[in-house]
Amino acid sequence: MPGPAFHRFANPRRFLRLADVLMPWLGGLTVLGFAAGLYLALWDSPADYQQGETVRIMYVHVPAAWIAMFAYCWVGGASAAALIWRHPLADVAAEAASPIGAAFTLLALVSGSLWGRPMWGAYWVWDARLTSFLLLFFLYLGHWALLNAFDDPQRGRRAAALLAVVGLINVPIIKFSVDWWNTLHQPASVMKMGGPSIDPSMLRPLIVMALTAQVYFLLVTFMRMKAMLLEARRQTQLYRQPRAATSAPRGAASANSQGGRA
Amino acid sequence: MSLAQYFSMGGYAAFIWPSYALAVVLLIGTFVLASRRLAAAERALEGSEAGDEADPAS
Repeated sequence: MPGPAFHRFANPRRFLRLADVLMPWLGGLTVLGFAAGLYLALWDSPADYQQGETVRIMYVHVPAAWIAMFAYCWVGGASAAALIWRHPLADVAAEAASPIGAAFTLLALVSGSLWGRPMWGAYWVWDARLTSFLLLFFLYLGHWALLNAFDDPQRGRRAAALLAVVGLINVPIIKFSVDWWNTLHQPASVMKMGGPSIDPSMLRPLIVMALTAQVYFLLVTFMRMKAMLLEARRQTQLYRQPRAATSAPRGAASANSQGGRA
Repeated sequence: MSLAQYFSMGGYAAFIWPSYALAVVLLIGTFVLASRRLAAAERALEGSEAGDEADPAS
C-alpha cells in the first residue's frame, strides 16, 4: 500500500460512527454504575464474619483483576488479528486498551496487598496466583515499552503484538493457578462449576462494580481509539497537503495549527 | 453508628480507604488523560478541516 502506515487508520468510518453513538451511553452507565457500586460496597453490604470490613476491599480488588485479565485478552486478541489479518483497527485497539489494562492490574495488585497485610500478615507472597498476576503487569509494561521502542512505529506495533500474543498463555495460568498449585490466594468463589458460593449480599456489590468497570473499560478504550484514529487522519492531511497547514488564507485554518510541524 | 465509627472500618481503615482512593485516582486519571488526548486530536482536525473540503480518504 503506497504511503506511510498511518494511511491505514485514516478513515475507519464505521467504527467512529459506532463509537460516537456508544460513548455517551457508556459514560452514563459508568457514572450510574459506580455510584450504585460504591453505595453497595461501602454502605449497603455487611462485614464478613471472618474478614470483617476488609471484605470491602474485594469490591475493588476482584473487579480490577477481572478487567485486567479481560483487557489483556482484548490486547492479545487484537494483536493476533493485527498479525494475522493486518486489520487496520486491530493495532489501534491493542494500543488503546493496553495502558487501561495496566492500570487495572496495578489496582488489583495494590488492593490485594492491602487486603493481604491484615488478613494474611503479608503484603506479598510468591504464590502462583500473585506471581502470575505480577507477570501480567510486566507484560503490560513490556507491551508499552515495545510500542515506543522503535523509530518506525509500525515495527513497534509488530513487536508489541508478538509479545502480547505470546503472553496470552499467562491468562489461563492465572485463572487456574489456584487449582494447579497450592496457593495462599483463595480458590475461585464466583466463576466456578456449581456457580458462585458468595452470599448474595456480597455478590451484588461485586457484580455491580465488575460490570461497571467493564463498561468503563470500553468507554476509555473507545475514547483512546478515536483519538488515535483522528491523530492518524491529521497526519494523513499533513502528509498529503503540507501547504494547507502553513498557508494562511484557507478558510478557518488557524494560525496556530500544526503548520510548524509539517 | 457515628461518622468516626464508620470511617474506622472496624480498625481496617488504613487498608480499605487507600484501596478505594487508588481506584478513584487511577480511574479518573485514566479517563482524564484519554479525554484530553481526544479533545486535542479533535481540535487539531478542526483547525484544518475547515480549509480542507474534500475528505482525502473517502
